[in-house]
Amino acid sequence: MTAEQIIQQILFFISAALTLGSAVMVVATRKLIQAALWLIVSLFGVAVLYALLDASFLVVVQVVVYIGAIAILFIFAVMLTQRDQRDKGPQLNKSWVLAALVGLATFGGLTFLVSSWTGFGAAAAPIPAGTVDMVADLGTALVSVDQYVLPFEVASVLLLAALIGAIYVAYNRK
Amino acid sequence: MIPLSWYLILSAALFSIGLFGVLARRNAIAILMGIELMLNAVNINLVSFWRYGSPAEMSGQVFAIIVFAVAAAEVAVGLALVISVYRRRKTVVANEIDMMKW
Repeated sequence: MTAEQIIQQILFFISAALTLGSAVMVVATRKLIQAALWLIVSLFGVAVLYALLDASFLVVVQVVVYIGAIAILFIFAVMLTQRDQRDKGPQLNKSWVLAALVGLATFGGLTFLVSSWTGFGAAAAPIPAGTVDMVADLGTALVSVDQYVLPFEVASVLLLAALIGAIYVAYNRK
Repeated sequence: MIPLSWYLILSAALFSIGLFGVLARRNAIAILMGIELMLNAVNINLVSFWRYGSPAEMSGQVFAIIVFAVAAAEVAVGLALVISVYRRRKTVVANEIDMMKW
């Protein structure tokens, strides 16, 4: 193994520990505003994983859209709703043991299923020769007629409709 | 080098943690946070299958971008609903929002 591969593995372990540890804190911490902040750490760990997977555009989108927009939206929602039940009472419902069992069973089942698949330990496919700029390839794929222009446009219409719907639902009529 | 299995196990663990959050938390906003974790686990899977399968085609990344758009739409509408319910009922506990249950 070369030094670069060892560094990649160390980076993977650090970011995986960051992602999973802060994800546990998101579901376990009592204060909701701290859960939102741990969610930001977890999303950042996922961005590092995208960087390890050579998906450079998704790294930027993860930081800008998830951390910059969605996590901030969560913090706003927590601050707008939390006035009179701040950290009062249990944060988990009565059947949380059952929920933990379902989570563990899902993890065991998924791990068992993918480990019985033949491509489980596959190595990364080589980046095809002649690839200069994968971001440019992605942009071309998103807007060229014979590839993904229709799903792209449908997603943008969905986003527009959802944002108009969100304004309508949250609008204060008084 | 990092084998594909590490990414798959990591995303299975992240998905299960998010599933536990969705099932066990009482606060509706915390449930939405669990859904975000699950969507991120799905995205890790999609991007790692793209990288380890066929990086010449962009289908995996395009799929992940569409998941991003759907996640943004879902969280915008979900949080708007939570805020609207909070204004009328003064609660964000999912068990207490039961006016459509009979």
